[in-house]
Amino acid sequence: MSEDAVDKDKRRFLIALTAATGAVGAAGIAVPFVKSMLPSERAQAAGAPVEVDISKLQPGELLIVEWRKKPVWILKRTDKNLSDLSSLEAKLTDVTSAGSIQPDYAINEHRSREDHKNVLVMVGICTHLGCSPKHFPDLAPAGFEDGWVGGFYCPCHGSTFDLAGRVYKGAPAPTNLVIPKFKFLSDTTILVGDDSEATA
Amino acid sequence: MNMMMAFLGWVDDRFPLTKLWNEHLAEYYAPKNFNFWYYFGSLALLVLVIQIVSGIFLTIHYKPDASLNADGIPVAFASVEYIMRDVEWGWFIRYMHSTGASAFFIVVYLHMFRGLMYGSYRKPRELIWIFGVFIYLALMAEGFFGYLLPWGQMSYWGAQVIVNLFAAVPFGIGEPLSEWIRGDFVISDATLNRFFAFHVIAVPLVLIMLIAAHIIALHEVGSGNPDGVEIKKNKGPDGIPLDGIPFHPYYTVKDIMGVVVFLMGFFAVVFFAPTMFGYFIEVPNFEPANPLKTPDHIAPVWYYTPFYAMLRAVPPMFASQFPGVIVMGAAIVVLFFLPWMDKSPVKSIRYKDMRTKLALAGFVISFVLLGYFGVVSASPIKTMIAQCATIIYFGYFLYMPYYSRAEITPSMFRAPLVALYSFVTLGIIAYWWGGEVDNRITALITVITLVYTAYFLILPAYVKPAVVKAVPERVTK
Repeated sequence: MSEDAVDKDKRRFLIALTAATGAVGAAGIAVPFVKSMLPSERAQAAGAPVEVDISKLQPGELLIVEWRKKPVWILKRTDKNLSDLSSLEAKLTDVTSAGSIQPDYAINEHRSREDHKNVLVMVGICTHLGCSPKHFPDLAPAGFEDGWVGGFYCPCHGSTFDLAGRVYKGAPAPTNLVIPKFKFLSDTTILVGDDSEATA
Repeated sequence: MNMMMAFLGWVDDRFPLTKLWNEHLAEYYAPKNFNFWYYFGSLALLVLVIQIVSGIFLTIHYKPDASLNADGIPVAFASVEYIMRDVEWGWFIRYMHSTGASAFFIVVYLHMFRGLMYGSYRKPRELIWIFGVFIYLALMAEGFFGYLLPWGQMSYWGAQVIVNLFAAVPFGIGEPLSEWIRGDFVISDATLNRFFAFHVIAVPLVLIMLIAAHIIALHEVGSGNPDGVEIKKNKGPDGIPLDGIPFHPYYTVKDIMGVVVFLMGFFAVVFFAPTMFGYFIEVPNFEPANPLKTPDHIAPVWYYTPFYAMLRAVPPMFASQFPGVIVMGAAIVVLFFLPWMDKSPVKSIRYKDMRTKLALAGFVISFVLLGYFGVVSASPIKTMIAQCATIIYFGYFLYMPYYSRAEITPSMFRAPLVALYSFVTLGIIAYWWGGEVDNRITALITVITLVYTAYFLILPAYVKPAVVKAVPERVTK
């Protein structure tokens, strides 16, 4: 082999090595750009619990408060509302809420704390595609067959939920509405977003 | 004059100006038999220019800021109101931009329909078609990002629904993915700011590069035509196609005619019906975004509704609505494979048989039907019809290797495809039988879908292949 001859294997190896090094560099430089799009420190910090006074809430009435920029519903249910819940089991997708998101103390038929069964605290965002369902306390939403005992109806894609946020069969929403962490500071005050050292 | 020529020569020695002019306009030979359907490519370019120019002037006054001003109105929403009320001619520029968005899709849908009719996607124009589908995708992204910017109710909740589509991806990817897109746990100021960046710079850059690729590829292989005859196969002694005419001045003049008619319609909308009765700008968008309250009825803007209707038509499976998202995505992805699905020996619909014409008609009808069902609120019967229309939409593409082929040849995919389609169609009957919809209607609609499958998939694949007419040597008048 003369001095000028090209060693093609060596050249190919060097090209591959350069390309590979470049690819690693490109992947490395992509990390800060991709990560810069994640929720920032400030967005993560903005999530303080919200205190809500429910002393003026009447049975059957719904109060909407904002927590983490999401609507949170506080509904004081009537005794009839609570007794209706058990009659709906055959019509629901996730009766026991096993596949849904809620704190442990809300895994029960009424999906609320045992000491304040009638008060429902729930994130008012449909588990389908994130619209906010509407409260239909008496009249059945259009298209619902007989036996409406009050609940929620999502205007976007027609999902229906009972007054414990449990989704009806046939609705596009896959799971029950989400129950956030919450605790009672007194009989008339709720803290949404925090359940540490909950009063019993 | 001599000075001018000398200057041109000076430039040409340094930049191929005359060469570019000749290659793409004065000596670009296009078939002489273009018809009405060939207006929409140049019109799409015109709308692009309208959007870029009006968009630049809107960014001069618009503020992508979701925080509330002293009056308690989001700054972004207020800045759009400001453009509409206080900026000189602001209303005009904004309505041009909002009407331009819809006009873009009208023109592009007609341009794509032209491609389907005359086989513009066939060899050797596969890449032109693929670049075109990417342009269509980029255009949908551009429209989606832009729709959030006015920060109205429909902006907010529309974005909420679409971003949540990504949250439906299973295996724990969905939730972090949607947070990465939003930059927050809900649609917020962070989302508005980045959508502004995507809308005014990222996507437009991609769009312009794709359009350049689309046109470069077109001018490399040459334009198709309504006959599907390759004009480059019949060249004169001078090397110029016998059926070709220079794009400039012949088609520039023809396209100016199209531009004039288009602009009459365009400005009629801008001046007399800028919201197009709620179809171009939806009514709830005149209310500022309220994260606590969803409008009573939300629907995407009309150009997305066919895909939105497909999303809604697919019921949740395995406690997830991801299957619906897959179907919606597949409806776009299937377009990429079109060049390899058409097995017809001819390109143009003029020489194809009745079956292909009916398949295209069925496709157009199902697309329009789906578009309608995506606008109105859902009901059981509409959902069922939307399911059948989805089958027909996909049938146009997936059955094409069978109904377009002029001979019966064995294929590995034939029997599984027949089985899949029969299974899905019978699944629709089973799903609705005895439910809220009258059984007679269920039966009727399902039978129509089964007949469709039989006629376009089973019959051509096993019994009677397509019969094509002879294509002439040269283009017809």
